[in-house]
Amino acid sequence: MNIVVCVKQVPAKDAPLAIPEGAAWIRETDIGFELNEPDGYALEEALRLKEKHGGEVVAVSMGPERSKQAIKEALAKGAERGVHISDDKFYELDPLGSARCLAAAIKREKFDLVLTGLQSDDHGFGQTGVLLAELLGLPHATIIMQIDAADGRLKLKRELEAGWFQWVELPLPAVLSIQSGINKPRYATLKGIMAAKKKEIATLTRAELGVTVSPTQRIERIYVPKKTKKTEILTGTAKEAAAKLVEKLKHEARVL
Amino acid sequence: MDFSFSDEQNQLRRTVREFAAGEIAPHVMEWDEAAHFPAELVPKMGELGLLGVIFPESYGGAGLGYVEYVIVIEELAAVDASIALSVAAHNSLCSNHIYKFGTEAQRQKYLPRLTSGKMLGAWSLTEPGAGSDAGGTRTVAERRNGAWVLNGSKTFTTNGHSAGVCVAMAVTERDKGSHGISAFLVEHGTKGFRSGKKENKLGMRASETSEVLFSDCVVPAENLLGKEGEGFVNSLQILDGGRISIAALGVGIAQGALSAATKYSRERRQFGKTISEFQGIQFKLADMATQVEAARTLTYRAAWLADRGDARHTKESAMAKLFAGEVAVRVSSEAVQVFGGYGFIKDYPAEKYYRDSKLCTIGEGTSEIQKLVIARQLLGIR
Repeated sequence: MNIVVCVKQVPAKDAPLAIPEGAAWIRETDIGFELNEPDGYALEEALRLKEKHGGEVVAVSMGPERSKQAIKEALAKGAERGVHISDDKFYELDPLGSARCLAAAIKREKFDLVLTGLQSDDHGFGQTGVLLAELLGLPHATIIMQIDAADGRLKLKRELEAGWFQWVELPLPAVLSIQSGINKPRYATLKGIMAAKKKEIATLTRAELGVTVSPTQRIERIYVPKKTKKTEILTGTAKEAAAKLVEKLKHEARVL
Repeated sequence: MDFSFSDEQNQLRRTVREFAAGEIAPHVMEWDEAAHFPAELVPKMGELGLLGVIFPESYGGAGLGYVEYVIVIEELAAVDASIALSVAAHNSLCSNHIYKFGTEAQRQKYLPRLTSGKMLGAWSLTEPGAGSDAGGTRTVAERRNGAWVLNGSKTFTTNGHSAGVCVAMAVTERDKGSHGISAFLVEHGTKGFRSGKKENKLGMRASETSEVLFSDCVVPAENLLGKEGEGFVNSLQILDGGRISIAALGVGIAQGALSAATKYSRERRQFGKTISEFQGIQFKLADMATQVEAARTLTYRAAWLADRGDARHTKESAMAKLFAGEVAVRVSSEAVQVFGGYGFIKDYPAEKYYRDSKLCTIGEGTSEIQKLVIARQLLGIR
């Protein structure tokens, strides 16, 4: 089973984020980057499927030169090769634009399955996987908690709300968005890290892929939410105040 | 001159950091309180390659150098210095002694098991009456019927209880002084070999430190490690590498303490602002960070020299060990100060760094012995 897994590089969780005044994105200088955590689960799932069914895992990422590191991590953990869509201005793309670029690169591959994380830890749109499936014209399922592959078909467990699950079946090829927590991602071994040095990373540009996109949405501004505090004194007798408090807890705070 | 790490070295650092965060961090205080060595980590670390960093792939190692080894120890120590210490004793003392001075048969017999984590290694030099002074060594090995018979006891052996093999120094020819001490491979379960009292320590509590005892312990002739009479001299070379790992341990502890203090200073509010906004705290953090960076630079330079192979690095290793050890104590003490009252209680991480740090100015040669080593190199005293 040949599997393409989409990996994104995002600012590290412990990175101190600075937002220039009125800017639409954080200041990227002086912060560390890491593999988007949800994509780590997709990568692990891809590696396990490969180990079970054979084939190869190809890690695809888009972004500036630094984003190759996310591919290298995938290679260190066991992916066979990488495809880097080199794009210094990828942050200007909306999810549709990203999906178009990824789809163009993935179409060049012979694959049975495409896996993505559920969402990215930076923008968190959660749309790229869905749009990618549509652009590739393939069946798609989201929030996957278990994959059973047999005879060219997939039996999938999806997580619904409130502790409910749903089983669905899809034919291959397909695109899946993997739920975080589906597995315990492995650590890259020292040998894996050294072996990754010899693995191939192909570089493509947006122009080479023949993708021209104009954004359909634009981020105007990002900001840290302002903390606000409102104090209200409840008046009346103790009984009246308690009744008012219960009302507020029920309908405003919604904790009752 | 290039001070940058390669992509692979950065990836290695991230891997060890992730491993430490996932497998070690949740248990640090539990292991420390119970003085419990988590033996279950050993095969996991072996699988990752952390137990054979500096050994060739033909022995199951990762085939990397001291720079990578320092990265591993530093990152483990930043989370739990006890684990880093056990890994250091395993790698650069026990396994390295076998690798550097063992016969091909000895290497083949032990290294694959040590590098894969199927077996933990210990190294025993210190005795109640002999530490830096080798002349006080009382443990003896005598030839009898084509085998060696060991008698005596060793103290302060890291991994002394859990190790599958122990490299132990014993006197084979009393009147030859430091050239009359030999190294032996003693396997766990050998008759007459047992581990004694496990020490109850100030810090590094999750790392085992214990006595190992020999009572008419018979080991076959082929368990002599290195040339007869050269065990102590070989040990000094082993310690050149060992010192780099203790320096890395110091850097890791200091970095861990600094990171904890920095984070806390941004959270703790007094007089309407975070304490990180006070210059008194800022100056402390700036001093701590500068010391950590200086210690790190000395340590990685010593590691770089060790990797070049041709260069002697006795002086630089001793300098790195001396400086990084002292920095670990100073910086972790300052971290406790930044935490204030919370620095003194076990619900916060600062006190453990402080307790663990003190080992770095003592283990594998005290700071004072490092100064002797450095002075001898400076003055050309042999």
